[in-house]
Amino acid sequence: MKAKVKVTLKNGVLDPQGKAIEGALGSLGFGGVNGVRQGKYFEIDLAETDRAKAEAAVKAMCDKLIANTVIENYAIEIA
Amino acid sequence: MKSAVVVFPGINRERDMMLALEATTGHKPVAVWHTETELPKVDLVVVPGGFSYGDYLRCGAIAARSPIMTDVRAKALKGLKVLGVCNGFQIITEAGLLPGALVRNAGLRFVCREVKLKVENNKTWFTNRVAKGAVLSCPVAHGEGNYICDADTLKRLEGDNRVVFRYAAGSNPNGAMNDIAGVMNEAGNVIGMMPHPENMIEPLHGKTDCRPLFEGLLAA
Repeated sequence: MKAKVKVTLKNGVLDPQGKAIEGALGSLGFGGVNGVRQGKYFEIDLAETDRAKAEAAVKAMCDKLIANTVIENYAIEIA
Repeated sequence: MKSAVVVFPGINRERDMMLALEATTGHKPVAVWHTETELPKVDLVVVPGGFSYGDYLRCGAIAARSPIMTDVRAKALKGLKVLGVCNGFQIITEAGLLPGALVRNAGLRFVCREVKLKVENNKTWFTNRVAKGAVLSCPVAHGEGNYICDADTLKRLEGDNRVVFRYAAGSNPNGAMNDIAGVMNEAGNVIGMMPHPENMIEPLHGKTDCRPLFEGLLAA
């Protein structure tokens, strides 16, 4: 099975990279951009074939390593 | 005061840290490679600066999960003194030994310069030879030293005197909350800081402002 994991900064955590991207978009002439938040995306190839077990394993991976839950949220999609 | 310095791939300040410890405590520290599973019997463990694992994933994230850190964490919870400097601060914070997180500098740039460091708490094992409120010159060299934590944690850190070092007014290089440069855990045995005191202890460093910090280890 494959897991797709999106890691995003929690609301309120300053994202200077997102701000810089927002500024660059503005200078390229893209109007109407109210904000940009940069995140991370992971694809994890799993040997597990049981969906629930795969999801539980990826959740543990996110809590232990892939996300820093002090500053980040994560969303898991199993396919 | 016997000490150990933990070394990860990509760390580059371990030698400076070991020289500083030896010059001030008289004991040569033991270098401990990250794949070890047990620390030698020491009074202090230092996690030095550098770029462990090339800052992949998040600064300090991968080093924080390496084999030796299981023992560092277990012994820290039993009261072993742990000092994390720069990447070491990021590593021990990622390891859950200190609250909060260190994120990208607010100005986005890597900052390598001297800052003014105010000693906010001089009742710790690292600051006991320095007056409260003393301002030390100290170099910083980091791209992700912007300390953040939630409002409750910040209130507790400030209320319990756990902000050990603060950047003096106008000296904050990274946008850290409340100008926080260094914090300690609740028990007081774990201290993390972004600046590099090990690089301000010899006349050849230009100044020796931070030497009393290391000398304080002997009194602790």
